[in-house]
Formats: sequence, structure tokens, C-alpha cells
Amino acid sequence: MFFRLIIARLVDLIFVLVSVSVVVFFMIRLIPGDAVAIMLGANTEVTPERMAGLRARLGLDQPVVQQYLAWIDAALSGDFGTSLWTGRPVLDEIAVHVWPTLQLTLLSLLIGAGLAVPAGCLMAELRGRLADAIMRVATVVGLTIPSFWLGIVMILVIAALAPSVQALGYVAFSDDPLDNVARLLLPAVTLALPILANLSRLLRSAMLDALTQDYIRTARAKGATERSVVYVHALRNALIPFVTSVGIMTGYLLGGAIVVEQVFAIPGLGRLILGAIAERNYPLLQATILLVTCGFVVVNFVVDMLYLAIDPRVRA
Amino acid sequence: MRRLAHNRLLVLAVGFVALQALLAVFAPIVSPHDPLEQHVLARLRGPGGTYWLGTDQFGRDVLSRIIYGCRASLAVSATAVAAALLAGGTLGLLASYYRGWLERIVMRLMDVLFAFPVLLLAIGIVAVLGPRNSTAAVAIAIVYTPIFARLLRGPALVICESDYVMSALAVGASDMRVIFMHVLPNLMSVVLVQTSLLLSAAILVEASLSFLGLGTQPPTPSLGLMLSEGRNFLMLSPWSAIFAGIAILFLSFGINLLGDVLRDTLDPRLRGER
Repeated sequence: MFFRLIIARLVDLIFVLVSVSVVVFFMIRLIPGDAVAIMLGANTEVTPERMAGLRARLGLDQPVVQQYLAWIDAALSGDFGTSLWTGRPVLDEIAVHVWPTLQLTLLSLLIGAGLAVPAGCLMAELRGRLADAIMRVATVVGLTIPSFWLGIVMILVIAALAPSVQALGYVAFSDDPLDNVARLLLPAVTLALPILANLSRLLRSAMLDALTQDYIRTARAKGATERSVVYVHALRNALIPFVTSVGIMTGYLLGGAIVVEQVFAIPGLGRLILGAIAERNYPLLQATILLVTCGFVVVNFVVDMLYLAIDPRVRA
Repeated sequence: MRRLAHNRLLVLAVGFVALQALLAVFAPIVSPHDPLEQHVLARLRGPGGTYWLGTDQFGRDVLSRIIYGCRASLAVSATAVAAALLAGGTLGLLASYYRGWLERIVMRLMDVLFAFPVLLLAIGIVAVLGPRNSTAAVAIAIVYTPIFARLLRGPALVICESDYVMSALAVGASDMRVIFMHVLPNLMSVVLVQTSLLLSAAILVEASLSFLGLGTQPPTPSLGLMLSEGRNFLMLSPWSAIFAGIAILFLSFGINLLGDVLRDTLDPRLRGER
């Protein structure tokens, strides 16, 4: 039974991955007007020879199905084509820019999810009191505060309070580990705030649900303290929906990182994507969107599997 | 007592949102200056005096630009969310009413769109269609369609299997009559709550797109654009960026709070405990 469930999930995963690749593939073909002329027009003069050359290079002179199969076949062996203007392999360009974004996403996830657990527990413990109400309003603010604005304000505050601190830019971890983390801290906090707000609200209501269950009454009946009821018995069960949401949050983080990177001048995937849009480098844009989305899908698959592993009720 | 407190909060939230909506609708009447007029001698002013919230790098009145920016932001996100509600809501409703292969196909398609990170898909769509106000709206509508379909399918399933829908079908009501007279009215509270929560999020997506230069194009006033332009003059005069951000926060916060309070008020199951 359990085995069949895993097979079914795997089939779902493959279906979604293939569909995502089809959507991304057709993206470039939905461009109004002649995509080749638009691409060339961004950087050079458009001549019929150049158009024919680029069309042949991108395989656009072949039937659509054949184009897709060739594209996906190359992509599966790690060849996403070459960047239109630099001529470098697209994968190399992405490899350079992926680390800052990954680091930023991971650090934000750690901060957001890490702080959400104590915050959510505290809100559940203090439920119905003034402190709980204040924290709830604070979470609405956290959810609706524009991250790029918060980033700008934090840069201003740092500049006013500690002018010597360099808050912008990115230093590779291998060059200076301390400076790397120090510079990523501010953008990570900016990015983490909405997921901290979201996850702590979610944990609060999951814990309130858990607190009405029979096993909580049992725990109280055998004399467990309120504290242990909340933090041990209720929390363990409330963490199950929490884990699922953490997976979904990575999607928000990957998108939000694009914006926050712009604010803090971090040379990550956001800069790569916006650069690709500005110079209409569609092959690069396509590959980046495809890889980031597949990464997100796989993360959610892993979370789904974790969910199966930790919650025996789903398996039954 | 609790319901009274909720109602007071509800009135507050409605008032806050209504005030902003009125400001946006009547922007030409309420804004003190022309948002595009450049007062060359009064550039990068701080708040106070003739220009209540100061001026930007071209000497344009920040308050007027914010009022017009709210108007643009609300117009784009509200249109987009309405379109997404119509498309996603219809798909979710039909899927849960007819079940079977229709449900499977619709929900599978929604799963595929849902697989993309929201902002990334929106950016991709705008990149393809060209950065404009209208394409930002199309992008947001497409991104939110699967979210609406998913959110409404669950509650719609429960209603479709309820006794009153069964009895309506038993006395021979047509599909359309059941959907419009029985299912839809009972779904309204969920629709109301989710629409306001998603509208609040859509405002942030619109602002993000404009901030990245993928939404409203200059010189049209836009909150996200004001932030990214103001960023270049932060050390000289941060006011235009700061006030534009506060305006986005107010818009999004008010509507989110409204959704939150509506959920607590409309959902009878939550009335006791929370």
C-alpha cells in the first residue's frame, strides 16, 4: 500500500515536470510578433541573413514537436544551449548566479521557519489574551509589508546608525565566510519576514486544532503540565501541516529573492533573469525559469515524502 | 461580546479600505497637484509646506503621485483578481460539481500552473508579452487562477455533496439552477474571504513587478516604480521611496485585515474558540 502510494506520487512528479517543460518551451513561441526579430533587435541590426542564422541556431525552422523533443533531449543531458549574446553555455551562466540565490533562500528559510516555531507556540499558549491579539496583528503587517521597501528602510537605518558597515553586495563564501553571512543577513531577514508571519499563524491554528484532540485530554488527565501539553504533545502534531507549508514557502522565497536581490545588489538569479529580459535573451530566460521551477517541484516532492514518513495516518 | 468586538474591527477595516478606494477613484479631485507636473525649482523636497509629502527628483508632488499610484495599483490588481476569480472559480466549481474526467483534467492543468513559483511565472509572462500595465494584470490573473480553483474546490465539494443539493437534484432542478441557486450562494463567504486575502497579496505582486520595471512604465505614477526610482536618491531625499512603500503597506494591510476579520465573522465554527 505504502509502496503504491510512493509510485503514484512519482508518476505525478514526472507528469508535472514534463508539463512544466512544455509550458516553458511554448513560452518563447507565444511572443507576439517575430521572436527572432525581437531578440536580434535588442542588440544588433536585423537583417534577413542574421534572422535565418538565429532561426537555424535555435532550431526554429523545424516542426514544433521535433523542436520540443530536441530541446528536452539536450536539456536532459545538461545542454541548455548557449546564451544569445555572450555565446557561453547557458548552464555556466546559471551556475555563476545560482549560489547567492540558493544561499539567500536557505538562510531566509532557516530564519523564517526557525523563528515561526517558538512564535507560533507562544501565540497558541497565550491564546485569547492581549499579547496573542497584538502578535496576530503583527503577523498581518509581516504578511503585507513590501519586502523591497523593508530592505530599503533597513539600508537607510544601517547607513544612519553605522555608516561604516557595508550592507550591499555579495562576497563569495569561499572568499570570506564571515563577510558572506554578514552581508546576506539583512536581505535574508527582509525575505524571511512574510514567511515567519505566515508560518507562525499557521502553526498557531494547527496547535489550537491539536489542543482539542483526545490525546491532549489524556495528557492533561495524567497530570502533564500545561507547558508540556503545549510544547510536547500539541507541537509534535501541529508540525505536520507546518512541514508541508515550508515546502510551499520555498516557492515564495525563490520569487521574492529576485526582488530582494535587486534591493541589496546581490548578483543572483534575479539579476540574471532581469538581464535576460532586458536583452531579450530568451534561451537563457527559459532555462532559468525551467530549472528554478523544477527545483521547487522537487523540493515539494521531498516534503511530500517526508510527510508520508512522519504521519502514519496518511499511510493507512 | 466577542462578535461585537469583531464587528467593530470589521467596521474599522471596511472604513480603512473604503477610504483608500475612494481616494483612488477620486484621484483627479483629491490630489493637490498634477502628478506629472514638474516643479523644477522644488526638487527632492522633504515633507511639509506646499508639497505635503515632498517632491521627487523631477520636482513632482509625491502625495499626488501616491494617490494616482494607488489608483493604478488597485486598478491592475483588482482587475486581475476579478478575472482570476471568474476563471479559477468557474473551473473549481464545475470540477467539483461534475467530478469525473472533467475534474481530473481541470485540476491537473491547475497543478501544472501551480507548480511555478508565483512571482517567477508572473515575471515570465510579462517578459513574453512585453512589460506594460495591462500585461502585468494578465500575468497576475493567470498566476492566481489555479490558486482560486484549488481554494474553492474543497468547500464546493462539501456543498455539492450536502443534503440540500441532493434534495434539489431529487426534485428535478437543472444543473444550472443547482449551481447558481444552491451551491454558489453558500460559497459566497469563502469567496469573499479568499478574494480579499488574495487581492492583498496581488497588490504586493503588482508592486514587485513595477519595482522591477516590469509593470507600469514611467512617467505614469506607480507605487512600485516610485520605490525603485527613489532608491537612486536615497541619501539625498528618501521620502518619496518611504511614503510610496507605506502606501503599498496600507493598501495591502487594509485588505488583508478585512479578509481576516471577515473570516472570523463569517465562519461560525471559529466563533467560540478564537
